Amino acid sequence: MSSLDKETVRKIAFLSRIKVSEEELGELAGDLTRILDFIEELQEVDVEGAAPLTSVADLTLPLRKDEVTDGNIQQKVLANAPKTDAGCFVVPKVIE
Amino acid sequence: MTDLTNLTLADARDGLAKGDYTSVELTEAHIASMAAQRKLNAYITETPEQALEMAKASDTKRAKGEAGKMEGLPIAIKDLFCTENVQTTAASHILEGFIPQYESTVTANLFGNGAVMLGKTNLDEFAMGSSNMTSYYGNVINPWKGKDGKDLVPGGSSGGSAAAVAGRMALAATGTDTGGSIRQPAAYCGIVGLKPTYGRCSRWGVVAFASSLDQAGPMTRTVRDAAIMLGAMAGHDAKDSTSAPMAVPDFEAALSGDIRGMKIGIPKEYRVDGMPDEIARLWDDGVAMLRDAGADVVDITLPHTKYALPTYYIVAPAEASSNLARYDGVRFGQRVMEDGDSLDDMYMKTRAAGFGKEVQRRIMIGTYVLSAGYYDAYYNKALKVRRRIYEDFANAFGTVDAVLTPTAPSAAFAVGENSDDPVKMYLNDVFTVPASLAGLPGLSVPTGLSDNGLPLGLQLIGKPFDEETVIRIGGVLETAAGFDAKPAGLEG
Repeated sequence: MSSLDKETVRKIAFLSRIKVSEEELGELAGDLTRILDFIEELQEVDVEGAAPLTSVADLTLPLRKDEVTDGNIQQKVLANAPKTDAGCFVVPKVIE
Repeated sequence: MTDLTNLTLADARDGLAKGDYTSVELTEAHIASMAAQRKLNAYITETPEQALEMAKASDTKRAKGEAGKMEGLPIAIKDLFCTENVQTTAASHILEGFIPQYESTVTANLFGNGAVMLGKTNLDEFAMGSSNMTSYYGNVINPWKGKDGKDLVPGGSSGGSAAAVAGRMALAATGTDTGGSIRQPAAYCGIVGLKPTYGRCSRWGVVAFASSLDQAGPMTRTVRDAAIMLGAMAGHDAKDSTSAPMAVPDFEAALSGDIRGMKIGIPKEYRVDGMPDEIARLWDDGVAMLRDAGADVVDITLPHTKYALPTYYIVAPAEASSNLARYDGVRFGQRVMEDGDSLDDMYMKTRAAGFGKEVQRRIMIGTYVLSAGYYDAYYNKALKVRRRIYEDFANAFGTVDAVLTPTAPSAAFAVGENSDDPVKMYLNDVFTVPASLAGLPGLSVPTGLSDNGLPLGLQLIGKPFDEETVIRIGGVLETAAGFDAKPAGLEG
């Protein structure tokens, strides 16, 4: 039921923003199908009435005042960027 | 190897306090050991100059009578913790050259308590793996050798940390554990590994893999050392919203040696088909040791155990696919693009070149199970089964104080084994993943050797925020087992 074809893998790869060559598509389809077969086993579990468990932290998320607590660290924020200009991150042109 | 690298954290702490040696001397001994064992590839980045500076400062601090809990003790840091001004790679090419501008909370706590950093240890890329073979910086070799002398994996993902501690290249090391990444390598390398309760240690500044599972913990040579180090790492942190606002107990004080009347559960579901005799024997021996010490050992059931691994391999990749979206070649890390490339081209080339195969597979599986049309069938279903697994433990802890299981289904395997099939590798975590999904503390203690002469570990799982009980029982197990074997070349 969960066998992935090359077209599906191509779509997943694009959603993941990972460039995959034609040759790699076949191998990936095999690997991902194998993993999906493995997780398929869950379908047999009766989860009637079970609430999804998103976090084991038995906490109410804490709130704090909405105020600026740090800042003035432009140099630090930009320190590891591959390309910067005038205090900004630089990316390829996105608007024609 | 010198006597100084063979010390436990506790002994080194006491020796420093008595003035038997200085932190600089301790640190120099470890720097020499690191240099002598570089072929094991335990470290990605060694920081000897910084270590000596920290050691000098520590000796000065001590002279003024201001010693912290880990004052002057040289340790290794898994290269998943952001360390200010020291390269942090997560063992990925995509973060090669990344120099954090801030310090993770856990390392800040350790250094605030006086610990000295020797360097950043190797791991599976983004902590995704059980063998250290997915590191971009080469695999780590286990200091232990079997009878055939083959190079073995140290386990993973905290394999460099485990190898460094077992190989006397650090007195102790930090690890992180998402599905077994502290406990399994600890077992493979014959050391102690403690994954605390989710929320005990801050995740702030730790490169994220699966945020609902990731937890930092100590990797040491004794249970007492794990207790000391956890006390210096843990604590509430306002910068991590899942960090528990709880006081940090004196974990070392839990080592009373007395477990009389404690109830310890043996889950029948962990006796999996095809369990090797040597693992079954190790487990039986552990049961006998705890009984001899006066504990009440009882059979329990954790009925959803067999669904833990498939659940984990949906939840963890789903969270990873979101967390790793940040590696886009814009704000930090590597960027790959050619003239005329669009933004999407840049993203796709950067991520194809920057991530290794296992990381790419997990991102894609995570993307798939979260995508429209599959979210309910896979991701939401997995979260519901996770609830069942959590309830299994809650029910068991209604009657028992802790659970005893093997840590891993085998001893360390040879470099290159289990690589042909991703699922085969996943099976290494069969005994560690359930406690991760339930957020429970898990402690691996070395208690015996395999037929091939390799270390094997037993795991104690405790109630939420009851590390003290697992430490207490772990201490008894450690004493009873008397595990004193050392890797080849380090005997005597």
